[in-house]
Amino acid sequence: MARFLLSRLGLTILMLAGLVLITFVISNVAPADPAALAAGPDATRDMVETVRKEYGLDRPLPEQFVRYVGGLLAGNFGRSVATGHMVAEDLARFFPATFELVSVSMTLAILLGVPLGMLAAVRRNHWLDHATRVIAVSGVALPAFWFGLLLQLLFAVQLGLVPTSGRLEVGTPPPPVLTNMYLVDALVAGQLDTFWDAFGHAVLPAIVLAFPCLASIIRVNRAEMIEVLGSDYVLAARAHGVARARVVGVLALRNAMLPTVALIGLRYGWMLGGTVLVETVFDWPGIGLYAVSSAIAADFKPIMGVTLLVGLNFMFANLLVDLAYAGLDPRLRTAP
Amino acid sequence: MSLLEVVDYSLAFDGFEGTHQVLDAIDLAVDVGETVGLVGETGCGKSVLAKSLLKLNDIPPARILSGSIRFDGRDLLALDETALRAIRGGGIAMIFQDPMTFLNPVFSIGDQMAEVIRARDRADNRKRGARDVRAAAAALLAAVRLPDAAALLDRYPHELSGGMRQRVLIAMALAGHARLLVADEPTTALDVTIQSQVLALLADLVAAQGLTLLLISHDLGVIGALCRRIVVMYAGTIVEDAPAAQLFDRPLHPYTQGLLAAVPDIGRPERRLAGIPGSIPNLLAPPAGCRFHPRCPLAIERCRRERPALRRIAAGQRVACHLAEPV
Amino acid sequence: MTVASPDVAARLARLRVEHAGAIRQARLFVWTFARSASAMVGLVLVLAFLVLAAGGPSIVPYPDDATGAMNLAARLQPPSGAHWFGTDEMGNDILTRVVVGTRTSLWVGLIITGVAALIGVPLGVAAGYLGGAVRQVIMRVTDVFLSVPGLVLAIAIVAALGSGVLNGVIALSLVWWPGYVRLIEAKTLTIKHEPFVEAARAVGASRRRILFIHLLPNCFSPLIVKMSMDMGLAILAAASLGFIGLGAKPPAPEWGAMISVARTYMPTWWWYAFFPGLFIYLTVLGFNLFGDGLRDVLDPRASRS
Repeated sequence: MARFLLSRLGLTILMLAGLVLITFVISNVAPADPAALAAGPDATRDMVETVRKEYGLDRPLPEQFVRYVGGLLAGNFGRSVATGHMVAEDLARFFPATFELVSVSMTLAILLGVPLGMLAAVRRNHWLDHATRVIAVSGVALPAFWFGLLLQLLFAVQLGLVPTSGRLEVGTPPPPVLTNMYLVDALVAGQLDTFWDAFGHAVLPAIVLAFPCLASIIRVNRAEMIEVLGSDYVLAARAHGVARARVVGVLALRNAMLPTVALIGLRYGWMLGGTVLVETVFDWPGIGLYAVSSAIAADFKPIMGVTLLVGLNFMFANLLVDLAYAGLDPRLRTAP
Repeated sequence: MSLLEVVDYSLAFDGFEGTHQVLDAIDLAVDVGETVGLVGETGCGKSVLAKSLLKLNDIPPARILSGSIRFDGRDLLALDETALRAIRGGGIAMIFQDPMTFLNPVFSIGDQMAEVIRARDRADNRKRGARDVRAAAAALLAAVRLPDAAALLDRYPHELSGGMRQRVLIAMALAGHARLLVADEPTTALDVTIQSQVLALLADLVAAQGLTLLLISHDLGVIGALCRRIVVMYAGTIVEDAPAAQLFDRPLHPYTQGLLAAVPDIGRPERRLAGIPGSIPNLLAPPAGCRFHPRCPLAIERCRRERPALRRIAAGQRVACHLAEPV
Repeated sequence: MTVASPDVAARLARLRVEHAGAIRQARLFVWTFARSASAMVGLVLVLAFLVLAAGGPSIVPYPDDATGAMNLAARLQPPSGAHWFGTDEMGNDILTRVVVGTRTSLWVGLIITGVAALIGVPLGVAAGYLGGAVRQVIMRVTDVFLSVPGLVLAIAIVAALGSGVLNGVIALSLVWWPGYVRLIEAKTLTIKHEPFVEAARAVGASRRRILFIHLLPNCFSPLIVKMSMDMGLAILAAASLGFIGLGAKPPAPEWGAMISVARTYMPTWWWYAFFPGLFIYLTVLGFNLFGDGLRDVLDPRASRS
């Protein structure tokens, strides 16, 4: 087990190094001149050259790379040329918002997806099965940005049930900073009003973000459940008189959960990607929105920072999933 | 009265190419204390018949065309799931072919035993604490001669050998003190040396607990070792049913004769083995008349037209063949 | 139709007997596919969009509106008999622009999946078949690319290349191939150890023969299935780039870009965003259902997830 963990950790570090290289290569094939961009449209050639020196952009590429990696190891992601902000500070400010949104979405997707997939498998061709199939099929196909706009139109504008966008009402002060996740911070500070305010704002974007994940959890859980229910050991349990509810809810669920757990790790990464669209629609000030505005300004250090952070997160999530997997499947635990 | 009574039972499976006539008018009665062997080639419907006894075939795609199955005087086909649950494991217990796939890979042996024991308790309206259930599980494992039963409860199926797994499955089947034990190819997936151990165990259990046994196998040797009576199936029909000694001595159905001729005999290596020419029929469109007639060396015109009934020819011996003469 | 001569009839009959297996297989395909209502819905949607893409500019009511004509007198009109999907802020017919946009989207999807498969399949075969160090290198690079969500990496690439349809397509193609490497490598590995390949090797078949006779044909089914599913997803990804302003630029009639502009006209002029989005949804849905149906037919063992 420990060896397995160590080798996975080593692999993760190797992949991270590869990712750093890729982002660096991408940012240097750009036709745009970052120094000119930073110096502004009215800058003279001298001013551009000064900026170039200041940002170290005049050094040879290998040296720039070494300096970049050295900075990364010290937690320095560089400086945005558009705003002059340190990227690391920006990321620390924006990431909690994204993490909060993704967490709510993932919880929603799992809590709904697993039981729905199970029910659909048990009641095959029942209306419930057909209803969940509509969700499962449309979930992947719905453009998140369009779906978000429609939900805003219906629930925020027409029905007025929830706010349209943002993280809090304009007048509401953010809760005392602890994690920068408003839901957590508000609860810790005991500010229930702020909590519900933040929760209301999170509902629509969380639903939109959860939808594709919900869809695939339903699909995988249903398919896996059907397969497990047709397995020999389920037949044996039934032959021994074990009640159907226990066969499905206890015995088969554990088997069926294995691929679902693997899927959750994969989907976590996709969700992080999806935040790019959802945060744009809902003006959610997370790293997705940050990446988009930086990309439009051709501002590379923030984009590289977001890419690395998302990659790191994703790798970490997969590590956790591997651990959970080993916990659920005894065959892996005793494997050398 | 018979413990198990199958009368005119026919079952079909619906599929892409049409309906497979898997079981055709099965007539079979098993008395209390009997040991009956059900023999036939792969695909002759013997496992489907075994599953039918507990209503374990999924409907659809399976479809019951006719007949009834009575156990201890009760019509199984009329029972609902709750009533069936009491019979499953409590009246009729099953042992399966491949001990690997019939144990759940992600639960410990103890958890799986406990699940079965609790299911029995629920059927009997009884409640036991976790410790008692664990003790009962260990006792069952000891009863099938598994050493160090208590430690075994915390192991997982993949950590056990094939023979041990099969013993665990037998222990589960014993949990409900069922009167009829249905064993579907219990030794097929095992090594020969383990096979004989498991067979000996089964024989002892049957004798000690006064169980009625229905043993299903394609191996006449296995059946001969355990059963006093043998039922031969071919392509979804019963072709012969006789006391074991009588059947080995004087098989009356041409298929049974072919089957016996195909068994190698270590004592007579000079004997030439005879196979049965042809192959098992397509059950989508089974042959008219006797299902065996295309492969039968003795077939006459009548066999092609008319289905032979299962007739009593001699004491305790029934044969479905037009040519069989009373002895 | 003329009456077939006995000779032809006889030959046909012979063909039917000789290829009975293949014919039975084909009938099973059609039977399985047609039995699934969702697969048929997918087929109908895909065919409908192919027709729209082919006929596009010549069947729309206002062909000039596709390229951004100005008709300010008719701006932002709700759906009506004259404009089924309403008009946009330039007075252009939204139905026209959405239908014309079909061709762009299908091309974009086709190029992305095509390029991704062209890069991914050879790498996957090489990794799975050659094994060893080659496999290690290919698979580790693939892992790195898969460690970041495709859309995020694509945004980084587009930011470097500059926005536009072509750069969006390039970026998405560059992030799309790793999935094919994984698929083909896994498939190749399993087939490599199938008894029939071991047997071929045992009787001395050449590497090339094993590759072309045994491995590649067996990779074909999952590949086709993945490509048809990916068509939809690639179209969706390209539209997403358009929406966040990094893909196609208005007034090009691209669905994502249209919604990007339309967003500022929400909620009053809802139809402006609604219809382009509906088209994206239906296209992606169509390819998804179609691919799902194909999988049930071609690759039944993988019919999950």
